[in-house]
Amino acid sequence: MTIAFTVNGTAHRVTADPIRRLADVLREDLGLIGTKVGCNAGDCGACTVLLDGRQVCACLVPVGQAEGRAITTVEGLAASGTINALQQAFHAHGAAQCGICTPGMLMAASDLLARKPHPSEDEALDALGGVLCRCTGYRKIVDAVLSVGAPAAAIAPAAGTAVGARLAKTDGIAKVTGAERFGADAWPDDSLVLRAVRSPHHHARFTVGDLAALQARHPGLVKVLTARDIPGQNRYGIYPTGKDQPALAEGYVRHRGEAVLALVGDAATIESIRDDEVPIAWEALPALAGIDAALAAGAPALHDDKPDNVLVRGRVARGDLDAGFARAAAVAEGEFETGFVEHAYVEPEAGYARRIGERIEIVACTQTPYMDRDELALILGLAPERVRIVPSAVGGGFGGKLDLSLQPLIATAAWLLNRPVRCVYTRPESMASTTKRHPARIHARFAAAANGKLTAVAFHGDFDTGAYASWGPTVANRVPVHAMGPYAVPAVRCTSAAIHTNGPPSGAFRGFGVPQAAIAHETLMDELAAQLGIDALEFRHINALRAGDRTATGQLLEASAGLAQCLEAMRPRWHALRAAADAHNRSAPIVRHGVGIGCMWYGIGNTSLSNPSSMRVGLRRDGSVTLYSGAVDIGQGSNTVMVQICADALGVPASALRLVTGDTDRTLDAGKTSASRQTFVSGNAARLAGADLRQQILRLGNVGADAPIHLESGRVVVGSGAAARAIDLAAMAEDPNGDVLVGAGRYDPPTTALDADGQGVPYATYGFAAQLAAVAVDTELGTVKVTRIVAAHDVGRAINPTQVEGQIHGGVAQGLGLALMEEYVPGRTENLHDYLIPTVGDVPEIETILIEDREPLGPFGAKGIGEPALIPTAPAILNAIHHATGVRLRRVPATPDRVRAAIRAAQGKAAP
Amino acid sequence: MGAYLRPRDLDAALAALAAGNRVVVAGGTDYYPARVGRPLDDDVLDITAIDGLRAISRTQGGWRIPALATWTDIVEAGLPPLFDGLKQAAREIGGVQIQNAGTVCGNLCNASPAADGVPNLLALDAQVELASRSGRRTLPAEAFVTGNRSTQRRADELVTALLIPDAPAATRSAFLKLGARRYLVISIVMIGATLTPAADGTVARARIAVGACSAVARRLRGLEADLVGQPIGPGLAAAVKDLHIAALSPIDDVRASAAYRRDATVTLLRRTLAALAAP
Ligand SMILES: Cc1cc2nc3c(=O)[nH]c(=O)nc-3n(C[C@H](O)[C@H](O)[C@H](O)COP(=O)(O)OP(=O)(O)OC[C@H]3O[C@@H](n4cnc5c(N)ncnc54)[C@H](O)[C@@H]3O)c2cc1C
Ligand code: FES
Ligand code: FES
Repeated sequence: MTIAFTVNGTAHRVTADPIRRLADVLREDLGLIGTKVGCNAGDCGACTVLLDGRQVCACLVPVGQAEGRAITTVEGLAASGTINALQQAFHAHGAAQCGICTPGMLMAASDLLARKPHPSEDEALDALGGVLCRCTGYRKIVDAVLSVGAPAAAIAPAAGTAVGARLAKTDGIAKVTGAERFGADAWPDDSLVLRAVRSPHHHARFTVGDLAALQARHPGLVKVLTARDIPGQNRYGIYPTGKDQPALAEGYVRHRGEAVLALVGDAATIESIRDDEVPIAWEALPALAGIDAALAAGAPALHDDKPDNVLVRGRVARGDLDAGFARAAAVAEGEFETGFVEHAYVEPEAGYARRIGERIEIVACTQTPYMDRDELALILGLAPERVRIVPSAVGGGFGGKLDLSLQPLIATAAWLLNRPVRCVYTRPESMASTTKRHPARIHARFAAAANGKLTAVAFHGDFDTGAYASWGPTVANRVPVHAMGPYAVPAVRCTSAAIHTNGPPSGAFRGFGVPQAAIAHETLMDELAAQLGIDALEFRHINALRAGDRTATGQLLEASAGLAQCLEAMRPRWHALRAAADAHNRSAPIVRHGVGIGCMWYGIGNTSLSNPSSMRVGLRRDGSVTLYSGAVDIGQGSNTVMVQICADALGVPASALRLVTGDTDRTLDAGKTSASRQTFVSGNAARLAGADLRQQILRLGNVGADAPIHLESGRVVVGSGAAARAIDLAAMAEDPNGDVLVGAGRYDPPTTALDADGQGVPYATYGFAAQLAAVAVDTELGTVKVTRIVAAHDVGRAINPTQVEGQIHGGVAQGLGLALMEEYVPGRTENLHDYLIPTVGDVPEIETILIEDREPLGPFGAKGIGEPALIPTAPAILNAIHHATGVRLRRVPATPDRVRAAIRAAQGKAAP
Repeated sequence: MGAYLRPRDLDAALAALAAGNRVVVAGGTDYYPARVGRPLDDDVLDITAIDGLRAISRTQGGWRIPALATWTDIVEAGLPPLFDGLKQAAREIGGVQIQNAGTVCGNLCNASPAADGVPNLLALDAQVELASRSGRRTLPAEAFVTGNRSTQRRADELVTALLIPDAPAATRSAFLKLGARRYLVISIVMIGATLTPAADGTVARARIAVGACSAVARRLRGLEADLVGQPIGPGLAAAVKDLHIAALSPIDDVRASAAYRRDATVTLLRRTLAALAAP
């Protein structure tokens, strides 16, 4: 059928099946990839467009309904060739992080602003309520919408002043115009489409039936991949010793959503095949759901080499624990539980692979190009140099895109078929098959002396690591180091275990188990403070780790331990807000107010493992500078931060730098975008590379170390006034990149291995933070509204304060979700309406306080912020609920029914 | 690939339904989410081009909300206070995108236990107008929905409109929704209610319905009867007793426990009455 409509004022006639989603026709047929698809179910709003001027989800509109109508997409906003005022506001406010939600947000806001040029905040919230953002915590988006028409001056720092400036994102314009290419946004014309067929069972055996019959029925089905087709080893995993996950299952599946087969063919054919048409005979097995089932006597071993289903244990022990408890004046003890948490990035996994001669190239969303390269080399049976990873823009990661997902499948298909192969996960597929935050069950005991000093901490955490190892060892090792909290404790025994179950693989998720542990330590810190009659903030201040202290691993903190400063900065807010809540509660209202505090520390970089980053920066004959950065920007802003750092190290304006990122053929390995390491580790590499290039230039000019550098076309002028010298670039030899001079930098944070008691130097530096949450609890309904967050973070140095705030806002929103609403139930919450993440109406005003206690090892003093941002939020909220109501929630999420049950129990009534 | 029809007139639509099974699509906001990752291969009747099914209108003795009236239309139609509850529901359905596309009739026809429109329609005594080649009939909304995802609609019928009878002037209405986040949330419990005062300031008539606590939203007739004659004032909320919700049959699910739903229902009923009794 032919359907005629206009898009952004241009008339189109398309021939399409009229029931197809408008979003798909815009993207696939018209090439307008600015409209994003995150769920195809109306839940995320990424596909929001205007239909006759009203915002709708383009994934819910049959293209047949577009007949005769006018559609506006994000591509229509900058129709004049320059970005409009709304886009400008988003760019200036840092309202786009990964940018995958940005087109939807812009369209929803455009609808509002067309009707109401000066909306109130509530009107803005209502208008944006249908678009989810997982990165920003929404506050900067709301600020941007409310500020349209009052443009901020563009920031263009002079040479040497980029660090500390609120530079707009170097890759920001593409995010507000919709031009950014995410995993699903680019593909070669002749691509085949791949779809995995996955296990509907949590634990099962299967046999594959007659595939020839299926292929005969569907001539467009070019190939059905099975485990036998994997050219190399059908096993992958993060750790060299933990390669336990098959790309395609071999007759046996350990979790629901595990890939069994992959269908490859033309798009229409692949779409038309129903899963139940594929001949797979299932024999469901009893599933090990949860830690108890996996540890029960007689439980089957899910992996032959792990007879007790224990993947790994972790331990940190120091001091005389018995003596510590014996001399305590107060002891607090408790058991805590958390569930699976889903990353819920708005961009489902997507990408394509193509074979180029004897090499394979994978363009997909990822947080770790080099690790992908090496893993895919094993799976394909190729030398790593024959695998090229070109990361697409990443629409949110948070740890979930550190593991391979679709890459082994598309790479194998493209390799075997010698055709480009593309795949886009559906939302339920993404949720069922990719990693989660580890569910935890923690038992902890904290003790303190009458003077308020902690004397002993005992902690054990069992972590449900799901079907495969993934990052389970990281969680098991990181947790015991951090489990006593950011405090000086003379006697510590912290242990952990990662346990296999038939849950989805638990992997990396912002904090690697530390957020779960923080719920335990911050609750018990509050309880100890109450027992001792010491103010909860002051109790933490007494015990805060400071420079000069030793940690539980015996590490001497030499510098940059700013928790005490965070608490001091927070103190006035704490007293004012606590007093206001107490005053409100004096009349015994139904909606009670509470204010709680949470603290954290977090080791930057990998635990006791070498994790180097290398970077290069090149100077061309035309005087332009290119930074080759292998650090993948997943929205957190490394593309901007690396430029700021390198520019200052080189001594040129940030605007002089061009950026080449990610591509394993063009950049060096800058490690993973995880463990909050990019600013600290890769930032140091960028700094060293910039300094190296500067040295080379100064040497050529034979001038002193402080001499200014001026880049001009064809030459560089060094020094000033009479001492100025020009270096002629035109005469210099070019390398294959076109660079005439190249600076290089490499940095690996100094750490040591941990001994059997976990003693050693696991991290070169730590981030510290304290957050305060104010809540209103409806005691009759058990609903909790967070009304305010104050977040004080010691970041060493804020390379870009706007981005640091953005990380804090986004972390707070995820912490709020962890505390109040997020719990993934395999097989039950595989979509974004049963699995709830905070909307724009759930995230309160967030005040950020940046403490800059310089880290001598950091680039210009900086540490990391990505994970620290999330960790203190949930405990602060739980402590606030306690302040409001007197009840302690030891299991998250604190959903209305759980909160209400706790309140009823405290009132001596049966739980509802 | 299924067949797709988008006729301009009702007769053609009814003829198509009479000729064979077709899935009706209006706003599509329930249709597509039920088909994520699945082929779109149903035979479809898209009713959105049919003339005369969009505008909300005044009729003899009431109001007509036709099949294509969206939630946004409800908010913007300038309806009287009788519709305040339905308008409140309209503002809380999904996000604005959903309100702009989703229809009130679609919400009813989809027959989800958690459909926010339904308790309001019960409290408004709505009648459902159905048309087919063999004629028209009307049914009370309460009788129309028979279970989770099931209604009295025959496969050859289209719901053409909801008919809302006038209520005595001064009738008030309210809607309360309980969910675990601010926007885009499936209700844990919701209440739709109307209340008509008598001249002496007591309750002349009340219609109160609860959703998400049984397969089909339910009127609470015991409570309605107990309210009649009670003075409309701060004490009205106290009329709600646990036994009034005895007939509800909530379930445990990921959103809440059954016991919690009962407990919260009582609280929400009291708050609804308090809101309706407020001066
Ligand atoms: C993100 C999101 C959030 C949502 N939030 C809410 C919410 O908060 N509360 C809530 O109650 N609902 C919610 N919904 C559900 C949905 O939006 C409503 O039920 C909507 O009113 C359905 O109307 P529609 O026109 O889109 O229906 P459609 O999807 O077009 O149809 C729905 C069903 O009704 C049938 N049908 C529709 N019209 C007729 C007719 N005239 N005659 C016969 N059969 C018909 C269709 O065959 C189909 O089975 C949400 C949906 C989404 C996607
Ligand atoms: S893709 Fe349309 S709402 Fe998510
Ligand atoms: S910026 Fe909103 S989802 Fe990433």
